[in-house]
Amino acid sequence: MANPPRTSRRTFLAVGGLAALALGAGGAWYRATHKTEAQRFALDGEARAALHAIAPAILDGALAHDPARRQQQLGSAIDAVEAAIRGLPQATQEEVQDLFGLLALRPARRLLTGVPTGWESADIRQVSAFLQDWRVHRLGMMRSAYGALHDLVLGAWYAQPASWDAIGYPGPPRVLA
Amino acid sequence: MTAQIPDPIEAGLKRGWKVIDASTLDQDQRLEADVVIVGSGAGGGISAEILARSGLSVIVVEEGPLKSSRDFKMREADAYPQLYQESAARKTSDKAINILQGRAVGGSTTVNWTSSFRTPESTLAWWRRHHGLAFASSDELAPWFAMAERRTGVVDWLVDPNQNNDLLRRGATKLGIATSSIRRNVQGCWNLGYCGMGCPTNAKQSMLVTTIPAALDNGATLITRARAERLQLRGQTVDELICTALDESGVQPSGRQLRLRARHFVVSGGAINTPALLLRSKAPDPSGQLGKRTFLHTTLISAAFYETRVEGWAGAPQSVYSDHFLGVDPIDGPLGYKLETPPLHPLLLATTMSGFGEQHAAAMRDFAHLGGMLALLRDGFHAESAGGEVHLRADGGAELDYPLNDFLWDGARRALLSMAEIQFAAGARTVQPAHEKAQRYRSWAEARREIAALPQRAHVTRVVSAHVMGGCAMDGDERRGVVDPAGRYRGLANVSVHDGSLFPTSLGANPQLTIYAITARLASGLAAQLTKRPAAALA
Repeated sequence: MANPPRTSRRTFLAVGGLAALALGAGGAWYRATHKTEAQRFALDGEARAALHAIAPAILDGALAHDPARRQQQLGSAIDAVEAAIRGLPQATQEEVQDLFGLLALRPARRLLTGVPTGWESADIRQVSAFLQDWRVHRLGMMRSAYGALHDLVLGAWYAQPASWDAIGYPGPPRVLA
Repeated sequence: MTAQIPDPIEAGLKRGWKVIDASTLDQDQRLEADVVIVGSGAGGGISAEILARSGLSVIVVEEGPLKSSRDFKMREADAYPQLYQESAARKTSDKAINILQGRAVGGSTTVNWTSSFRTPESTLAWWRRHHGLAFASSDELAPWFAMAERRTGVVDWLVDPNQNNDLLRRGATKLGIATSSIRRNVQGCWNLGYCGMGCPTNAKQSMLVTTIPAALDNGATLITRARAERLQLRGQTVDELICTALDESGVQPSGRQLRLRARHFVVSGGAINTPALLLRSKAPDPSGQLGKRTFLHTTLISAAFYETRVEGWAGAPQSVYSDHFLGVDPIDGPLGYKLETPPLHPLLLATTMSGFGEQHAAAMRDFAHLGGMLALLRDGFHAESAGGEVHLRADGGAELDYPLNDFLWDGARRALLSMAEIQFAAGARTVQPAHEKAQRYRSWAEARREIAALPQRAHVTRVVSAHVMGGCAMDGDERRGVVDPAGRYRGLANVSVHDGSLFPTSLGANPQLTIYAITARLASGLAAQLTKRPAAALA
């Protein structure tokens, strides 16, 4: 709150050119430290914390207000994101790992997202501000990173029958489903 | 209730069909046949039935699983990972275009929206004049179209269109823009609206329930969850096809391999995987055109919000279209576009709608009142519309590079304007093009002004495709075409290409029926050549 998003946005835009390097390095680091589960994608540690901070901004307006319910919804949405990533081809899984690897690295996080402290304490305004920057960034790579977060989180959320009441979708005809 | 719907796959397996699920293999396999067909979609399915009925032994290899009506539960969360390439999230190399392509027995025909068009005469005339394809005329192809339509149950759809389609009809009519009804390959359709997740009632006459069962009844072997890795070349002849067995999820190799020997190989993997297989095999490429000129019917999307309920998830997904904007300029002029509608389901809609947070959630809350429209750009006819190129990633996987240039963006802008105008004419309260900088516009005047000023750019403008074509262009001139007019791959003695990758341009119409008719013609020629007898017809 004390650190207005405006400042971080300027920092972010100024360093955009480093994004390609950072993205590669983040992925290499993430892969190097996640060798244990042979090739099986896992969102853990700081990468999971990043998604835990990012998803509420993307799902703002769809998530429940009640904190306990909200935490439960977020948990299942993040599990669904993880499952969706595991269904992607290996090469795409590695690209997604690159992205989360980047988000998990402290200097990269600060530089590219402007989120000053750890993901645990990131607030929705800070996250929304960097998503907004990435969405229309001059570098295609950053726009596609936004696209990946957008599609993964919203896809996982609206795939769940629990989200359908709120949008007035009755679900598939029960006689055959 | 599901038990009341007869499942032709379950019945066939009980009759003793030869089906090998490669994910269950515990050792490597060697098999042999007269013909090995790579892919079980539109081209592979038609070829399999004709070749098997003609008395040839046939093996069909499919990367995806064998799923049937009892598996089709109309849930996006299950259907996309099971039935689509890359969980329905396949993308061009810069991630700017999302591509829907099937990956299951039946290929894209298992998950398409049943729209059945004969190839437009203007496209065929172009192929005759510019690509040396003498057979490309409505008259010459009429018997093949008739055979394919009979086989896949193409009918005039006499049921009232759903609201989403009717809005296209009403809006266009108000503006004096002609629309027509789309013919569909269905028998006893329940008008549910879930074609894209696999037909739960077997009404859709896809390859899954027509040609593939016929081929299996005629002794063919089907291998599922096996990825065609490479053709083993000896000089100008292919000896065998090496396949990698996949695990049950269809993502990782299981460690098992299949080697398939044959006299002849038919490649029908679709316009991304077919060129990629030939590239991985280091096939000769005398024209230098292998994998080039890939077309997508690059598609723009416009959402509109209406006072009345639209319920775009229910009813036949596509029943109304307009070719008005394909006829405004010459075929080789500025890009023309076909107008259609998409079915609307939560996952696909949510990922397609731009924005996030409260703005996105608000749009989703209006789901029942939301109508969608598509404009499919007819790419491949102008010098500035040279399409994309398939190349191999470091791991050998296929990737399509499709540059988006100013010529295309000009078409995109006109398409977004046309759709918004029609949507307002149909009574939309607000219209929101699928574009990161677009707002919900409240009038046609506002939309016209704002859309004209929108920057058109990769990722910022939402671009999708469900029709991948080209990359192994058929051409009478050996300097321009990867494949000759008989479907034979130039530079290899015993390889044919039978799928949408043959098209030297896009079509200007949904491609399934064109693939059926042309590959029926090619497969019949191939069967006659291999058996020295006239080919058998499709049932």
